[in-house]
Amino acid sequence: MWAMVYGMPSTRAAGQFEAKLPMSTLLEVNELRTRFHTPEGIVYAVNGVSFQVDEGETLAVVGESGCGKSVSMLSILQLIPIPPGEIAGGTALYGSRDLLKMTEAEMMTIRGKEIAMIFQDPMTSLNPVLTIGHQITESLRVHTSLDRKAAEQKAAELLDTVGIPDAAHRLGDYPHQFSGGMRQRVMIAMALACGPSLLIADEPTTALDVTIQAQIVELVTKIRNEERMAVIWITHDLGVVAGIADRVNVMYAGFIVETAKVFSLYENPLHPYTNALIGALPRVDRRRDKRLKSISGAPPSLLVEPHGCPFAPRCDHVIERCRIETPQLLPVGEAHSVACWVNIHSKGPR
Amino acid sequence: MNPTSPLVRVENLVKHFPVLRGLVIQHKVGAVRAVDGITFSIESGETLGLVGESGCGKTTAGRTLLGLYPATDGTVTIDGHIVQHARGAELLAIRRKAQMIFQDPYASLNPRWTVNSIVGEPLRVHHLLPSEAERIDRVKELMSLVGLSGRLINRFPHEFSGGQRQRIGIARALASDPKFIVCDEPISALDVSIQAQVVNLLEDLQDRFGLTYLFIAHDLSMVRHICDRVAVMYLGVMVEMADRNELYEHPMHPYTKALLSSVPIPDPKKEKARRRTILAGDVPSPINPPEGCRFHPRCPIAEERCSSEVPLWHSASPGHWIACHKA
Repeated sequence: MWAMVYGMPSTRAAGQFEAKLPMSTLLEVNELRTRFHTPEGIVYAVNGVSFQVDEGETLAVVGESGCGKSVSMLSILQLIPIPPGEIAGGTALYGSRDLLKMTEAEMMTIRGKEIAMIFQDPMTSLNPVLTIGHQITESLRVHTSLDRKAAEQKAAELLDTVGIPDAAHRLGDYPHQFSGGMRQRVMIAMALACGPSLLIADEPTTALDVTIQAQIVELVTKIRNEERMAVIWITHDLGVVAGIADRVNVMYAGFIVETAKVFSLYENPLHPYTNALIGALPRVDRRRDKRLKSISGAPPSLLVEPHGCPFAPRCDHVIERCRIETPQLLPVGEAHSVACWVNIHSKGPR
Repeated sequence: MNPTSPLVRVENLVKHFPVLRGLVIQHKVGAVRAVDGITFSIESGETLGLVGESGCGKTTAGRTLLGLYPATDGTVTIDGHIVQHARGAELLAIRRKAQMIFQDPYASLNPRWTVNSIVGEPLRVHHLLPSEAERIDRVKELMSLVGLSGRLINRFPHEFSGGQRQRIGIARALASDPKFIVCDEPISALDVSIQAQVVNLLEDLQDRFGLTYLFIAHDLSMVRHICDRVAVMYLGVMVEMADRNELYEHPMHPYTKALLSSVPIPDPKKEKARRRTILAGDVPSPINPPEGCRFHPRCPIAEERCSSEVPLWHSASPGHWIACHKA
């Protein structure tokens, strides 16, 4: 049991998952805008975000704190407190239905069953006074016709799937009896309970140590491959993204500034922000050659209505137009789009 | 003082925290063995990285080193003074030479003090500048050193962003003109684009003032970038220490190997083809650490004696220290 598990090398080379046919769109988000009305003023959290997720695909959403990566996903599931929140526009088509127009009762049939979510901090997202058996079976009892006995049986199987030893005996334990990594496994078991077709993972490994992070990443990858489930993985860690994602959305100040397949994003980052972010990372596998390239300044205040490109004040390639007009996310190559007025390679306008 | 001797020398440092039971009459029922005998030294002008996972004792080691926690056993010598024996004026002198930068820039600055009071506090405590006007000039100078405008001297911490607050913490650490700074996870609360700014600042300051750093972190990529030598801790003990490239290119301890293989690389070609060694299970409790080698229950190459005999901390090749029976 304490033996070491050797991770299987991930053999999904570039050609292999392109051959997987045909992919149909699972979720399509258009021009999503979310704001918060606070005593300090309006917070422009998400400013017209459009993207899609295909069946069985892993989409990573990368960005720094406050870039709107979590808020956009919470908006789609109508998990934003309204007020102070407000979904000011946009659609989120799941199949033919718009999630943003659904009533609470309709959303209840989607959340947990069709689309499940796991969060950064497994301690605050599990109820400390209920046993984990109770918490896992709750979603099974709500969404399926299983009786208590059968639901408990299923919960034990789920805990076993996520690698919790002695699963059947641990159903009666409370969250505090588990370590951080084990709690995240419990969260994943709860999310998987009803076999969702989309799992939204909001920084699931940020609070964990690297060796435990490696365990969780491997677990989610394994389950995704077995269940053919789509995953949206929200993170700020470009290293984790490189290992897990098929496609990546890079967010900044409530906008998607670049979207591409993972290989082309790292090989040929076209937005100055993506480019700088990849340049600012030290590498564990390389000798130090020079100082880190830092990005000067700090992200803009979200209390000001966006005007022009949000990255312009920190950008090395900025031109006049950037300060006046917000660039649209436009395709520049196969499955590669960027929102920038400048071609950073030719240094001229795009 | 011998000019070739290291600036900081740590010998068999031990820090146990008592585990108490009982509400009124408390009695000790055990000890959290946070740091359990570590020995190393730091040369003047060098950056030593101290890495390990949460609960391995790296922060406790840093704090005990500066005398912020009384050591249970062992000694720390900083610039010729033994921290554990120092009292009164000698202790104050050590505090002036050895400073600390904390992890959380929100919790480590008093919210009711202005930048002037925060950064000027070491100047007042150590009576470095007698007049108020001189102190204000010095605070402004320190602020410009860390890239903050002197105009912000009367602002409060909440008016600054996380990266700027960390700069205030750095300015405070520099105020008493120290030789040695313990940086306790100074960048882990910051966003990626801000991390590079703070790391570059720390390097510039080191070049300019000849500072010596103990850089405590869990981000192994950043540690490789900033540190000259790196020490790896596991459950209160050191398992390996070497020059950075030696450690990252030729790790010898199975824990170091597993740790390095868990660090994601921001390159999808490499990352997707990678074979990683994934450790099973969690770090055991430091209240009852495993007998023998503390890593043996999770170790892929453990043998009989690993569970009974504590491996010696020895030098496997010049400058490469390790505690493992098998390496």
